[in-house]
Amino acid sequence: MPQAASCPWRSICNIDDIPVHGARVLRREGKEDVALFRTVDGQVYAVIDRCPHKGGPLSAGLVHGRSVACPLHGWVLDLESGQAQAPDEGSVRTLPVKVDGGAVYLALDED
Amino acid sequence: MEKKLRLVMVGNGMAGVRTLEELLKLAPDMYDITVYGAEPHPNYNRILLSPVLTGEQTLQDIVLNDVAWYESHGITLRMNCKVRRINRARRLVVGEDGSEAPYDRLLLATGSKPFILPVPGNDLDGVVTFRDIHDVNLMIEAAGRHRRAVVIGGGLLGLEAANGLAARGMEVSVVHLGASLLDRQLDPQAALLLQRSLEARGLAFHMRRQTQALLGNDSGRVRALRLDNGEEVPADLVVMAVGIRPDTGLAQDCGLYVNRGVVVSDTLQTYDPMIYAVGECVSHRGIAYGLVAPLFEQAKVAADHLARHGIGRYEGSVTSTKLKVTGIDVFSAGDFLGDEGTEAITLADPVGGVYKKLVLKEDQLVGACLYGDTADGAWYFRLIREGRRIDELRDQLMFGESAIGGDTGHAGENRAAGMADSAEVCGCNGVCKGAIVKAIREKGLFTVDEIKKHTKAASSCGSCAGLVEQILIGCVGGAADVKPKAQKPVCGCTDLTHGEVRKAIREHHLTTIPDAMRFMEWRTPDGCATCRPALNYYLLSTWPGEARDDSQSRLANERMHANIQKDGTYSVVPRMWGGVTNPSELRRIADVADKYAIPMVKVTGGQRIDLLGVKKEDLPKVWADLDMPSGHAYGKNLRTVKTCVGSEFCRFGTQDSTAMGIALEKDLAGMGSPHKVKLAVSGCPRNCAESGIKDIGVIAVDSGWELYVGGNGGIKTEVAQFFAKVKTAREVLEYCGAFLQLYREEAFYLERTVHYLARVGLEHAKARVVEDAANRAELYARLRFALSFESDPWRERRVAEPMAPEFQPLTV
Repeated sequence: MPQAASCPWRSICNIDDIPVHGARVLRREGKEDVALFRTVDGQVYAVIDRCPHKGGPLSAGLVHGRSVACPLHGWVLDLESGQAQAPDEGSVRTLPVKVDGGAVYLALDED
Repeated sequence: MEKKLRLVMVGNGMAGVRTLEELLKLAPDMYDITVYGAEPHPNYNRILLSPVLTGEQTLQDIVLNDVAWYESHGITLRMNCKVRRINRARRLVVGEDGSEAPYDRLLLATGSKPFILPVPGNDLDGVVTFRDIHDVNLMIEAAGRHRRAVVIGGGLLGLEAANGLAARGMEVSVVHLGASLLDRQLDPQAALLLQRSLEARGLAFHMRRQTQALLGNDSGRVRALRLDNGEEVPADLVVMAVGIRPDTGLAQDCGLYVNRGVVVSDTLQTYDPMIYAVGECVSHRGIAYGLVAPLFEQAKVAADHLARHGIGRYEGSVTSTKLKVTGIDVFSAGDFLGDEGTEAITLADPVGGVYKKLVLKEDQLVGACLYGDTADGAWYFRLIREGRRIDELRDQLMFGESAIGGDTGHAGENRAAGMADSAEVCGCNGVCKGAIVKAIREKGLFTVDEIKKHTKAASSCGSCAGLVEQILIGCVGGAADVKPKAQKPVCGCTDLTHGEVRKAIREHHLTTIPDAMRFMEWRTPDGCATCRPALNYYLLSTWPGEARDDSQSRLANERMHANIQKDGTYSVVPRMWGGVTNPSELRRIADVADKYAIPMVKVTGGQRIDLLGVKKEDLPKVWADLDMPSGHAYGKNLRTVKTCVGSEFCRFGTQDSTAMGIALEKDLAGMGSPHKVKLAVSGCPRNCAESGIKDIGVIAVDSGWELYVGGNGGIKTEVAQFFAKVKTAREVLEYCGAFLQLYREEAFYLERTVHYLARVGLEHAKARVVEDAANRAELYARLRFALSFESDPWRERRVAEPMAPEFQPLTV
């Protein structure tokens, strides 16, 4: 867990703003987009919205299990670990998320 | 924590380990697994022993599962340890090292033993079999020290051994009981060609000869064979390759029912329900298979039952074989000998060293035997397994797949055997033949799907899948797992095929994806990117009005109603009925392109205008400003109806093809389908709208309209086939709609009309649409009913209404 002082939780949206099996994009000034996913069991995950293969927007992918399939060439990425499913090799950066009372918080790096 | 079940496997070969691999995919945590293997090696690719013998590959190259694999799956591996006995009463396996392994389930995969001729001297030094790495090492060692080898048996193994020993510099002769070589794989003509080319390589043959005795020297090593005609053949090494027998010793000792092999049911269970058996040691419906492909099919079914899914059944296999002797190509499959009920087409060029025989029964290919040119072996094997009707191909069948139609994208290459390693196979992903061969060998691949995953070859447009399949068969021969789509599971989430899924949805009135997955016992909680779009289509097309579209089960394009581009922007193609537009639409398009700084405006192949490079959040505004319906250029649905100007303007036109095209497009707009559907209407047989390469092509003639179906201008150019001739525009709508409804109801997801028709036959479609007026009317009525629920997706998502969240980015 990141330290609260240097990396505060930021409220992003309500969990119901993200459709089940779907995603929302978080746009950040001067930084890469973040994709927020909601899986069938109600978990929320956040990863950088850029497939490690050819940079496809993962937020437009099909969500299944704890994974998303990239819309460009079908790479499957694990949303918790960010790892690509074998035999593909690569990973996408994940961001810590918490859901509290229906509100979705993201620990954004302040680099 | 629940205690794991214990699975013990006896035999550490290809069939057994494949079963474990399949089981671990299905139920990774169900069992504690112990494996007994008599050999001091982990699982290796036994069919590649021949190239090891010739020196083309090493032992390292052919290991399929190294020791680390067993460790990483928590499998207790007892290598170099035979099993002394199985105690069924106590459910215990006892190893020769004294170890004991109790089991809840036992898997017998003991394989087979080479048959040893009961002749005097069969225990002399220098008398070996050809079955495992130990045998190969003995042969390699003998080749280094001795000169003359005799191989007994002119079957696949015998000839591969003879070839390998000759490659290592020995003088080799082959003693064969029958009149022709490979009598289980080749007919006599092909066998004679083979014998001649082996003789040209220096091999000698003693045909129709039995071995009477093996004679030894003073130090107990073999020095000669005596044949039944009294002739003595000098030999420093004798290889017995006279067949294999299922290794059933352990099974017999513990009282299992054995009849030639360990007798198993269609679920690969022995007479003791706790004990399963797979591979060469079993007898299934009276057949003991000695080839690898059937064993893999058995492995899948056994794993399914061990994982307690209880669905799969093994119903026997059609097999194909290939001789792995470099430079000599032999391929046979199915019933290549034929009988009174069959006909044969043969091509014989003895000087050129080519012989081909195709065996046909009624309208189907049932067997093939190829010598010299085996490039089309994979294709023939597929035709045999699919049981496809070949009456329309018959006059070209002998000339191979390339004679039937042209693939594009790999420089016209369609014969893998002759390709250099550096030649490009997959033009989409730039994969050359050498890379594919390397992956097959190093990763131990047996299916085209595995090759797709590891190399990316054939994973984009798929046009080179046939070539990849040929390369696979060239590398691993009969072990290649090549199944038509109709027999393959939808994806890794289920064992059911597309046909079975469609049937269950219809017969059990399933209307939602979660219900369908529950009912069909999907292995994953919510499927994957392969099965969810397919299920969504099957539900909607089977239960229109009842099943609700699940947009999250659609891929990006259909969810966004636009085509995603490589940089994550989208392309927008508005509907222009029949390819006709007007100044007002063109002005709006121009204004939209300016307002949203759209980087490219392009005319498409389907007579539309494409706005490329639109940002996702601009889509709803672009649609609103265009004020035109969706062109559906992004989905598995009706795309466009292309038209020529027809009799309104053209001096050759016989009918108003433009108006016909517009009417068709309005009749079908919004129609979802298994794959994209493209139509064209031409005003005369000059065919300026290219009706000959469309899913449905309509061509006006003076007396009415000709309808053609199953054309395709894409990956593989396919010319549409004549379907019907009708008189009126109303009939055009009804026949086209009825044909498309039949396709919608019967095709598998992602199956184009050409592939659907290849599977079911053009006659099937004609019988239901052209020849049966009542059925045609019903089909058309069902299509109209389904289309009554469709509306323009762009209008629904315009910016005037609250903007749908999928288009709206969040901010911090």
